[in-house]
Amino acid sequence: MASEHSPLAQFEIKRLVEWNVGGLDVSFTNASLFMVIAIAAITLFLTWSMRGRAMVPGRMQSMAEISYEFIANMIKDNVGSDGRKYFPFIFTLFMFVLFCNLLGMIPYTFTVTSQIIVTFALAALVFVGVTVIGIVRHGFKFLTFFVPSGVPVVLLVILVPIEVISYFVRPISLSVRLFANMLAGHTLLKVFGGFVVSLGIYLGWLPLGFIVVLTGLEFLVAFLQAYVFAILSCLYLNDALHLHH
Amino acid sequence: MELEAAKMIGAGLATIALAGVGVGIGNIFGSYVSGSLRNPAAAPKVFGNVLLGFALTEAVALFALVIAFLILFG
Repeated sequence: MASEHSPLAQFEIKRLVEWNVGGLDVSFTNASLFMVIAIAAITLFLTWSMRGRAMVPGRMQSMAEISYEFIANMIKDNVGSDGRKYFPFIFTLFMFVLFCNLLGMIPYTFTVTSQIIVTFALAALVFVGVTVIGIVRHGFKFLTFFVPSGVPVVLLVILVPIEVISYFVRPISLSVRLFANMLAGHTLLKVFGGFVVSLGIYLGWLPLGFIVVLTGLEFLVAFLQAYVFAILSCLYLNDALHLHH
Repeated sequence: MELEAAKMIGAGLATIALAGVGVGIGNIFGSYVSGSLRNPAAAPKVFGNVLLGFALTEAVALFALVIAFLILFG
């Protein structure tokens, strides 16, 4: 499947440092490398751009402040004032997904978010965290979340299972959305790159133009998916905190 | 060999989902354009929702892609 020129070969995980702990493979792979790079880039971006602490921000400081305010407003609009203490989590989530997506847009880099296990781990973290918050906050009343209000009792027999299923599908849809967007985008770019080579010097310019347009679209998608991931986490958090339906 | 052919046909059939997604994305942006022509002042406010709707609809297309890949390579 993953021969050298396959469009899917770019998603192959390579072990950079072999490491086995009691039969468990914990090798340092190219995925781990790019996660470390993403974390380092975020830390560098936020600390270095804020080093001046100017009253009137320059370009770099504006970027850091805009990203902060963007998430702060998102939480204020979607969760309300009691969501403020979850700001660090949502902000970290957003920045990590955004930087992984954007780093993947640099040619010959590895896109961490194109691995289902990475996105699923993130989504499962959100899901478990939000469920625990809901149960701690509301106790046994949390179960009323699955019972829509103002519905005849007969319909509840059908609606409650649907609500339960739609609740438990959340981590899957959240993770597959991000993973599939990244996978499809990068595969598409690679396929069109193959067209450029195979069509040669005269006709090859046509798919090359497509690649330029698609790259622009991919940058939009990279940001948009980070935004969608963060806003859906906010909506799930809001459901758990307020239980209204 | 027949299994291979059936896989190809199945992957092709999986892309029928794109019809619905095409309608959905067209609907989102069509509604946005007609809505923002009626009330241009409100257009910037809903643009975030438009992008959210676009991303959620596009994701459905990508679920179909994942299914197609699973059929082809799974």
